[in-house]
Amino acid sequence: MDLFFRLFPEAWPDWLRVALSAAIPAVLLLTFMAVGPIVYVYAERKIAGFMQDRLGPTRVGPYGLLQTVADAIKLMFKEAIYPTGVDKKLFLIAPCLVVLGAFLAMVVIPFGGKAQVADLNVGLFYVIAVSSLSTVGLIMAGWASNNKYALFGAMRSAAQIVSYEIPAVMILLGIVMIVGSLSLQDIVLYQEGGLTHWLLFRYFPIMPIAFVIFFTAGLAECNRTPFDIPEAESELVAGFHTEYSGFFFAMFFMAEYTEMFVISSVASVLFLGGYWSPLPNHILQHIGPIGLGPLWLIAKAWFLVFVMMWLRWTLPRLRVDQLMYVAWKVLLPISMVLVVLVGGLLMIPATRNGFPWDRWVGWIFTLVIFGALIAWMAGARLSKKRRVQDLAA
Amino acid sequence: MASYGWRVDDLDTDEMILNMGPQHPSTHGVLRLELRTDGEVVRAARPHIGYLHRCFEKHAENVDYPGVIPYTDRMDYVASMGNSLGYALAVETLLKIEVSPYVQTIRVIMAELQRIASHCVAVGTYGMDIGAFTPFLHLLRDREKILDMFEWTCGARLLYNYNWVGGLSHDLPEGFVKACRQFLREFEAITYPELIDLLLKNKIFVKRTANIGVCPVEVAVSYDLTGPNLRGSGPPRDLRKDAPYSGYENYEFQVCVGKGEFGPLGSCFDRNWVRTVEMAESAKIVHQALDRLEKMERADVHEKVPKRVKPPKSEVYSRSEAPRGQLGYFIVADGTGVNPYRVKVKSPCFTAMSVFHVLSRGMYIADIIALIGSLDVVLGEIDR
Amino acid sequence: MDAARIHQRLSAHLGEGAVAFQADALQPWAVVAPEAIADVAAFCKSDPELSFDNLMCLSAVDYPKETPPRLELVYHLWSYTHSHGFVLKVHLPRESPSVRTVENVWGVANWHEREAYDMFGITFTGHSDLRRILLPDDWIGYPLRKDWVDPDFYNGLHVKPTPQMAERSMAGEKMGVGPFDYTPPNRHVED
Repeated sequence: MDLFFRLFPEAWPDWLRVALSAAIPAVLLLTFMAVGPIVYVYAERKIAGFMQDRLGPTRVGPYGLLQTVADAIKLMFKEAIYPTGVDKKLFLIAPCLVVLGAFLAMVVIPFGGKAQVADLNVGLFYVIAVSSLSTVGLIMAGWASNNKYALFGAMRSAAQIVSYEIPAVMILLGIVMIVGSLSLQDIVLYQEGGLTHWLLFRYFPIMPIAFVIFFTAGLAECNRTPFDIPEAESELVAGFHTEYSGFFFAMFFMAEYTEMFVISSVASVLFLGGYWSPLPNHILQHIGPIGLGPLWLIAKAWFLVFVMMWLRWTLPRLRVDQLMYVAWKVLLPISMVLVVLVGGLLMIPATRNGFPWDRWVGWIFTLVIFGALIAWMAGARLSKKRRVQDLAA
Repeated sequence: MASYGWRVDDLDTDEMILNMGPQHPSTHGVLRLELRTDGEVVRAARPHIGYLHRCFEKHAENVDYPGVIPYTDRMDYVASMGNSLGYALAVETLLKIEVSPYVQTIRVIMAELQRIASHCVAVGTYGMDIGAFTPFLHLLRDREKILDMFEWTCGARLLYNYNWVGGLSHDLPEGFVKACRQFLREFEAITYPELIDLLLKNKIFVKRTANIGVCPVEVAVSYDLTGPNLRGSGPPRDLRKDAPYSGYENYEFQVCVGKGEFGPLGSCFDRNWVRTVEMAESAKIVHQALDRLEKMERADVHEKVPKRVKPPKSEVYSRSEAPRGQLGYFIVADGTGVNPYRVKVKSPCFTAMSVFHVLSRGMYIADIIALIGSLDVVLGEIDR
Repeated sequence: MDAARIHQRLSAHLGEGAVAFQADALQPWAVVAPEAIADVAAFCKSDPELSFDNLMCLSAVDYPKETPPRLELVYHLWSYTHSHGFVLKVHLPRESPSVRTVENVWGVANWHEREAYDMFGITFTGHSDLRRILLPDDWIGYPLRKDWVDPDFYNGLHVKPTPQMAERSMAGEKMGVGPFDYTPPNRHVED
C-alpha cells in the first residue's frame, strides 16, 4: 500500500491518495483472485481426468483451456431459481458471505517484500478471524434453502469447520511463538535464507508434523475430500448448495476454490518460506530488477492446491462422527503436545534457534521425498507394462 | 391419496421424516426411502419400490416363449446375460433339451464376463457412494472393454437377447478368444491389484464399511439373501458349485466368502470383498472356458433351437447364479398355446431389499447409502 | 431326502393335512389345506430332518378355467443344511382368497406376500404390513389375474391404448382417447 501512496503526487489531498492506494491493490488482488478459480477448475478437471485414466476437457479451446470460461458464461446465463419458502434475504446474502470469507483473507498475504495489500501487525489473527465468516454464510445458505438436505449439510459443515479450526490455530500458536510476531510479513522475513530456514524443517520432526496437521485442518476448512460431507454428492445431493442455481452456484464454487488457494498460500507463507526461493543466497530470487517473490509464493501455493486435488480423487470421505473423532481426539491432542513442546524448546537457550540438525535435514528430506515419489511412480508404470507382458507369455 | 407413509403426528418431538426420494444420486435406481431420523441416526426405514414396474410377468403371458427373452434382459439391465441364461435354462428343462458343450462353454464365458462387468459397476459405484471417485472410472474402463466384446459378438452393449431357448443368437466371432485373453491379462495385471490397493485396503473405506450393515447368517438365510450378500456373511453357498448348470462342474474355481477381518462378519465390507474377489475367480473361469473352447470344433449354435416352443403341461422352478444372487424362474406351461401360462421371477435384489428395514436400524444416514450399495440393488430387477 | 420321503414325513406329522402328493412332475409338490399352511411351514423349518430354512420363492398362479377355478399359492422351499428342496401348494378360491401369513417363519415372505396381494388380491391374515408393493397405492384391481382388463383412465389420465380399445373404437365406440378419434389425412392418394 505504501508503494502506491508514494506514487501519487503530493499535491493531491491525503484522503484521495489513501483511498486510491487502498483501492488499486485491492482491485488488482480481486482480479487475480477472481481469475484464479477459472484456472483451478480447469486444473482440477484435467488432473482428475489423468488420474482416472481419461482425458478431461478437450473440446472447448485448445486442450480444453476455455472450458471454465464456457462454464462461467453458462452459469451466468442460467435462470436463478428461488424455491418456494426460501428466506429471500438470507438466500441472497449467504453466497456473498461465503465468497467474502474466502477473499478477505488474501488481503494480508505477502506476495513480495512490499507487494502486500495491507501489512497488518495482527495479520495471522486477522486471517483466522476472517475465514470464519464463510461458516456463517454456509449456515445461512442451508437454513434459507427450506430444504432438509441443505440444512443437514449446513449443520455438518458448521460442526466440521469449527472443530477443525482449533487444531489449526494451535499450530499457528506454535509458529507465532517461534517467530515472535503475528505479522505475516515478519514470518516470511524470518524464513529468509533458503530451504533450510523454512519453518517446515524447524525442530525436525516437530514442525513437519505440525504442517501435516495444519494442512489436514485446512482441508477440512475448505470442505474438500476426505472432509467433504457438507457437499457430499452421493448422500445429500449437494448439501448446503443444493437449491442454488446459476450464478449463485458459481459463487459457491468460486469460493471453494479460492478458499483452497487461501489455505494453501497461508500454509506456504507459514511453513514453506513465503516468497523466498528455496535456494540459498537469494539465487533465483531476482531476475535483474524484477523480483520473483510473487511467482515463488504462487508456485508453492499451487503445489499445495495440487496436493489437495490429488487427495480428493484418491481418498473416500469420512463419516461425520469419524470426522469429529479425528478432529477432537487425534488432531487436537497432538497439536497441543506439539505446541507445548515447541514452547518448551524455545525456553531452553541451546535449542532456541532450532535443533542442530535442522540445517541440512531439510535438503535431505525434500530430495528423499520427491525422489521416492518419482521412483515409485515410474516403477509402477514399468511394472504394469511388465506384468501384462508376463501374463501374455 | 392413500396414506402409505408415516404420519407426521406419530413422530416424537425430535424425530424427522426424511425422504430420500426416487431421484437421488446414489440409490441405484428409482428407489424411495422413507427414513425416520433422530438427527443423523435412523430409527426406522421404509423402502418404497415400484417406480420401475414394467409388468414383466403380464407381458410374459402375452408373448411366446422365445419372445420373453428381451423382456428378461431388461429386468437386471446391468447383468443381462445372467437373466436370459436363467430363463433359457428353465425353458430347456421344460422341453428336456440338452445343448451341446460348445454352446454351454460359450454361455459360461458370457456369463462370467458379465459377472465381471456387473461387479465392476457394483464395486465402482459403491466406492463412489463412499466418496472415492477414481476406482469407479478405472473399473468402468474395463467394463467398456467387456461391453465392446459383447457388441462385437451380438451387436448390443447392454441388452443382448443372446441366450436363446436351445442355443445362442450369434456364434463367437473370429478373434474373440484372443481379444478376451488380452482383456483378462490387462484386468488381472493392472485393474484388479489397483482396485485392491486403492479402494479395499484404504483405511478410510474400511472404517466406513467394516462395522455397519452386519447381517447375521440366520437373518440372511431367513430373508433369502443369496449370492455375494449371503457369502459375505460366511456360508460358502454358490449355485455354480451346489447345483451346477451349463457345464460349471468342469471348471475349477473357489467360492469366495467374507472373512470378517476388519470387523464383524457379514458387514458391508465383507460383501464388497466377496464381489471383488469373485471378479478374479470369474477371470479364472473364463481362462479355463477359453482353453476348453479352443479344443472343441465349432458347432452350430442354432442346432437345438426349436422352431416352435410348445412345452408339455408342466411347471419348473429353475435357479441360476446371477451376479446379484440366485435368480429363480418359476415357469408354468399349460401345454396349449405358445405363450407361457405364468412366469414368476424371484429376483435376488427383491429379497435383498426386503432385509433393508432390519439392517438399517440405528445407522447414520451416510451408512444407509453404504448399506444399499453393499446389497447391490438394481431397481429394474426388484420392480420387474 | 427325496420328495417322497419328505412327503411321508410331512404326512406323518400332520395326518391328512398334507394331501394330494403329485409325484410325477419335474418338481414334485404337495397340496396343503389353507388353514394348515402356517403350521406346516413352521414344522418344515423347525423339524431337524426337514430343516427348510429358506423360502426360495412364493408365487401365486391363477387358474380360472380349472374345475374348480382356483388361485394357487406355490411355496418353493430349500434347505441349506440338507441340500434338498420341496414344493408346497395351497389352493384358494378366487373370490376373497385369504390365507395365514408365513412371515414369522421366513422373513422374506413379508415382501413376497405383499406382491401376491398386490397382483392377485390374496389377503394374508396376520401380516404386519399388507399393502401394495409394486403398484401405486391407489390402484384398483389385481392385474395378474387372468380376467384383468386394463382400465381406461387412472386418476384422470388416459391409459395407454390397448388392442381391446382399438377393437372397440373400430366397432364405432367414441373412446375419448386421442389416437382413436383422429384419422390422419391420407397423403398418398393420387388425384
